[in-house]
Amino acid sequence: MLNIFVVYVENKPGVLTRVASLFRRRAFNIDSLTVGRTEKPEVSRMTITVDTNPDQAKRIEANLYNLVNVLLVENITHEPAIARDLAMIKVAATHEARSHVLELASVFRARVVDVAPESLTIEITGGEDKIDGLLEVLRPYGVVEMVRTGIVAMRRGTTSPSANPNQTKTPQVAADEGVSYSV
Amino acid sequence: MTKTGAQILWECLEREGVKHVFGYPGGAILPAYDALKHSDIHHILVRHEQGATHMADGYARASGEVGVAVATSGPGATNMVTGIATAMLDSSPIVCITGQVGSKLIGSDAFQETDITGITLPITKHNYLVTHADQLARVLREAFYVARSGRPGPVLVDITKDAQQSSCEFNWEAARPQLPGYRPDLSPEETEYAQALELIHKAKRPLILAGHGIIVSGAMAEVLTLAEKAGIPVALTLLGLGAFPASHPLNLGMMGMHGEAWVNHAIQEADLLLALGMRFDDRVTGNLKTYAQDAKKIHIEIDPAEINKNVKVDVALVGDLREVLKELLPRVESVDHTEWLDSIDKLKGDSAVRDVQKLPDNGHLYAAHVINDLWRETRGSNTVVVTDVGQHQMWEAQYFKHEKARSLITSGGLGTMGFALPAAIGAKVARPEAEVWVIVGDGGFQMTMSELATIVQEKLKINIAIINNGFLGMVRQWQEFFYERNYEATPLLNPNFVKLAEAYGIRSMAVTERSQVLPSVRAARDHDGAVLLDFKVEQEDTVYPMVAAGASLNDMIRRPSPIVETAADE
Repeated sequence: MLNIFVVYVENKPGVLTRVASLFRRRAFNIDSLTVGRTEKPEVSRMTITVDTNPDQAKRIEANLYNLVNVLLVENITHEPAIARDLAMIKVAATHEARSHVLELASVFRARVVDVAPESLTIEITGGEDKIDGLLEVLRPYGVVEMVRTGIVAMRRGTTSPSANPNQTKTPQVAADEGVSYSV
Repeated sequence: MTKTGAQILWECLEREGVKHVFGYPGGAILPAYDALKHSDIHHILVRHEQGATHMADGYARASGEVGVAVATSGPGATNMVTGIATAMLDSSPIVCITGQVGSKLIGSDAFQETDITGITLPITKHNYLVTHADQLARVLREAFYVARSGRPGPVLVDITKDAQQSSCEFNWEAARPQLPGYRPDLSPEETEYAQALELIHKAKRPLILAGHGIIVSGAMAEVLTLAEKAGIPVALTLLGLGAFPASHPLNLGMMGMHGEAWVNHAIQEADLLLALGMRFDDRVTGNLKTYAQDAKKIHIEIDPAEINKNVKVDVALVGDLREVLKELLPRVESVDHTEWLDSIDKLKGDSAVRDVQKLPDNGHLYAAHVINDLWRETRGSNTVVVTDVGQHQMWEAQYFKHEKARSLITSGGLGTMGFALPAAIGAKVARPEAEVWVIVGDGGFQMTMSELATIVQEKLKINIAIINNGFLGMVRQWQEFFYERNYEATPLLNPNFVKLAEAYGIRSMAVTERSQVLPSVRAARDHDGAVLLDFKVEQEDTVYPMVAAGASLNDMIRRPSPIVETAADE
């Protein structure tokens, strides 16, 4: 099944390479990986989804922890969580099809972000199923181009890693311009 | 105080307790070499950077301290790769220092530039690229800490030329490691101890699988107490040899592909496997589907990523082995396993006739005789045997009985040919009082024999025994069993090793008969310089027993009857 890992890492050059290299070396197949800043400038946050079984999910977690720059790993697959994907879909929409496409977009609560004579670009945020659904109904009109961010996920409720007493790893890192942890 | 990066490097190493480094200079590391004149550290000039890493590795394995290797950028750094991977697979704490082109040149394909942190990323525990002198102290402290703590391993620190040349304020105290994500000190939950104890006390046919982690953790005494108190027999991995005394009645011997037949049978019949500091490598499990199916498994291991990797276990205690056993031991009850021990004795049957000494001398020289004689002759002394990889390595494991931890140094995980000679140099430098023997095949010896010069230059008393069968013996054995005796690319045309040694100024002797073995070993021991003995052994001898790759552990290719037929029949 699809496992969702939230991984806090030190915000240093090369850390993404380390994580990606680990998945490659251990032959874990990444379904999606996103990385971005967090509320703390010295910490980056990754959301990694992997189609795997519970045993292997545990090994992935343990292997991630073996990377010195990894601060915290949470497998939130079985936790109440919000998972979101963002897609931009460029649809061939000529005169007569245009109103149909606009209608479908509004049913899916998607937004039109670009209008051109021959196409419409639609932005949609949501769970993967919702985006897949929109994509399905737009396909007959001709999907010219599409991009998806991959899942970003967060636990529901007030729990955050720093609030959990079991997880003592407080992401406190000094900025150091002179050190690159593998370029 | 203001210091250059190069000065900071050596001062940090001194503060980490480093007394020796193994290295090879070159352009990008020259500022560091220039600053060596102010340091008390003894630099040992090697002949190839791979040798430097194996020496650092041998130093670490012989002493338990971090070994240090130094090289320049580009080819100097890439030559270290094999040694780093060797250290990684066998959890050996080494720190590799490499020079790097100036920080402004990085990415320009400058002369001797290579992305060594990128290259070594999957084969180091951690690595660093340092481009400013003011980061060097903290990075080096982190490097040593990461290398030696938790499950040890290699750390590489790549330092640009300008970082070595530029100056900054040096303050050791202030440069504390900042490793918020590093957790080397895990310990098990109370419930896990309770579950383990329950399994131990319920077991009728328990077996301890003793691995390298015992030696790394220094848990030899605790394992001995555990085995004796709970009456549990002990099987060892290759890297575990020495962790439990070979002469102890509960010691069964080595497990795995070339392990003793009764050990592998005992593993398959056990109802509890107590795995201590070992990682269920494919060389010890054979086919996983049929591996120890009746056994519950307890895994005590420092690296959580090893749990359930190859073999699914019932209870895992993640932590430092010695600490875990200290917690466990007072609660272990004494259990009588006489019946189980007797049944293992029966399994031994006539295959326990491993006493090669009883075989008549038929004029042929067998590696087993050489190694067994070497063991008998050096028994009781402070001996460190360093082996290479192949048939001689397995014969050493079978016929040399190790009583003490760190008395055998061998490349287990990566199986690196060419390891023995340089690793022995490291071992001798770390433990000058020890008697160091290299046991090496004629193939592996030629991979790193340039380090003979290092031995001579450092005036090291190292004894080298080449088990010379004119073949890449283990590969030839596989060809014999699995490739219809098609000996493609395995026969070796060798130089005259005696003359070669003499060219280096090393005393040397060729041995062709069994009766010459003991005298030659004695002569080597009596000589106060390095000695090379070229044992010209039977060419097509075979390591038995053998579990074919992928076969079940108890499905062994046995020595044709009568035992050691090659010796008895001819």
